[in-house]
Amino acid sequence: MRALLDKRLVIVTGKGGVGKSTVSLALALAAARAGKRTILCEVASQEHLSHVFHSSEVGYHETQMAENLWAISIDPDESMREYVLLQLKVKAMRDLLFRSRIFTYLAAATPGLKELVTIGKIWELALTERKVKSGRRYDTVIVDAPATGHGVGFMQTPRTFANVARVGPMRQQAEALDRFIRDPKRTGVAVVALPEEMPVNETAALERDLAEEVGVGVDRIYCNALYPERFAEQEVERIESAADRANGVARVACRAALAEARRARAQREQLARLEENCAAPVTTLPFVFTPQLGVADIEGLVEAVA
Amino acid sequence: MSGIAELLEGKRVCVCAGSGGVGKTTTAAAIAAGMAARGKRVAVLTIDPAKRLADSLGLPELGNVERRVDPALFEAGGIEASGGELWAMMLDAKQTFDQVVREQAPDDETRDRILSNRIYQQLSVALAGSQEYMAMEKLYEIHASRRFDLLVLDTPPSRNALDFLDAPKRLTQFIEGRALQVFMKPAGLGMRIFGRGATMMFSVLRRITGVDLLQDLSEFFQAFSGMVDGFRERAHRVNELLTDPSTSFLVVCGPQGEPIAEAVYFHRKLEQAQMPFGGVIVNKVHYETEDAEGDGDLHADLAAALSDEELAARVAANFDDFRALAASDRRNIERLVAEIGTDAVIEVPYLDEDVHDLAGLMEVNRYLFASSSEEREAIAASA
Repeated sequence: MRALLDKRLVIVTGKGGVGKSTVSLALALAAARAGKRTILCEVASQEHLSHVFHSSEVGYHETQMAENLWAISIDPDESMREYVLLQLKVKAMRDLLFRSRIFTYLAAATPGLKELVTIGKIWELALTERKVKSGRRYDTVIVDAPATGHGVGFMQTPRTFANVARVGPMRQQAEALDRFIRDPKRTGVAVVALPEEMPVNETAALERDLAEEVGVGVDRIYCNALYPERFAEQEVERIESAADRANGVARVACRAALAEARRARAQREQLARLEENCAAPVTTLPFVFTPQLGVADIEGLVEAVA
Repeated sequence: MSGIAELLEGKRVCVCAGSGGVGKTTTAAAIAAGMAARGKRVAVLTIDPAKRLADSLGLPELGNVERRVDPALFEAGGIEASGGELWAMMLDAKQTFDQVVREQAPDDETRDRILSNRIYQQLSVALAGSQEYMAMEKLYEIHASRRFDLLVLDTPPSRNALDFLDAPKRLTQFIEGRALQVFMKPAGLGMRIFGRGATMMFSVLRRITGVDLLQDLSEFFQAFSGMVDGFRERAHRVNELLTDPSTSFLVVCGPQGEPIAEAVYFHRKLEQAQMPFGGVIVNKVHYETEDAEGDGDLHADLAAALSDEELAARVAANFDDFRALAASDRRNIERLVAEIGTDAVIEVPYLDEDVHDLAGLMEVNRYLFASSSEEREAIAASA
């Protein structure tokens, strides 16, 4: 585990609805507690409609959340602007571009450019020598990657873009990003999965695609929301016969116990498949029964992810 | 709330929408199978390469062309198809896009110029919304063929569940917008739009992009310009289909706070876009299947039934956890009903087994097609 949080950049990926954001937060807290200056990056205007509902304070600025922990929500338009500012040293040139809005048109017309500058910003945060003036130096950058249909999409962006721009500064930039992402010394990849049929298949496919299409290995797989095995096999039999004898609420409670035992068992089978079909080590995270994840629940996960 | 069969009465298109990880693909497949079992010719269009689902439908793989699910599978499952048919296909955005270009291109030369252009090659996979647009495109094409009574569309697991709603519009805006005019002829039109200094501006831009990127963009837009009308026309017809009263949008979500909030948001967006909303399907609900309030002492009763104090305590603790989940789900669903102002909400319980075959789909359908909420509760209680 040390290995994962020792990397400068940790990309947390996986399909929607698997608890990626929660795992990202737990990892960021674990890194911060270990004394690393950590920043947690969300990619704005992606899957997380949560912004719409409980709009938080986190914006494009690096905001301190706790000791050693900062957070940022990366906005593609802001990233684009920052990118241009960093590229053009002459103020008159920048003004010319920004006044004309031509760069907005370029962003609209060039497939993948917004995604590229988003990754570019993440990379910039992870640099030991920040490009942004008086930028804070971080030890660890944790990215809650956007959920896409095809998991490799986000990480493949730099290479995709390098193919669009054959030569020139943007291609060089894209290639530098691609090298950074594919360097296992600097970048780590964690995949969040669920112990269910489809998510297990998808995780195995994602690991394979990341290796074949992007050329990166997965450092760790988190198998999230695993039910506890509360009842031993022999106890299940006793509960079964008790369910037949009991009446009323006691009967309902016995049936709930049997349902839990069935799910816990089915999940263990899926967990075994996950371990069998994936090369990366699998860490399990417990199902949290409280509906709204509180601080105490996160605490438990912080220990579990690290 | 009545069931899916009533909701889809007289409908020709059913769009399942929602964010990722809420069982959208499974729900779409279950609805399609259920309607086929009721004598309809149904095609389900999915985006997710759900391999096991394809296996379970007896299809080696789902390709860009629809395939019929073997009726023998229905019979084997004890389902009388009564003249219905189930077809399935998996959408390939790139292939569909290529196909549209082939159909729309005025001549072979233009077609080849577009298909081999680097910008285009990335466009069909990387432009936000292009996958969504192609899903709509394929939906329209199959609808126009009138070969099916009902089409069920599983929308892409997009970054934003709403992307597909304005995907057709976005694509046409993209190809006919200012970006197009600017990059089509950087020297000429660009000059007109940006006035004097345009040449200098482009030279500044080139410092960032390099020469080739601008050239490729220019070429791409020039080749594409002849097809703008065709695309606009198609996008218009797709939009007509989506807003037609014979189309029904079903929002699929889970019972937790965040998915419910998203469903509410999605419902509002559908209304704003004047898309016909059918109902909400809430998957994986923890039902309180029986009246859990008793007057006896639960611990004592459990201890007596199990003859084991310690095990009884654990059974009781487990029960408390599940009741808390059920209560939370109940509150969230009540909020959903209050917010969307309709009781068109169908709840599917958290099933003990994952759904990955026809039998599993039919198990889901006992709930989806039940004629009332009361019937659903009764089924859950007897499960």
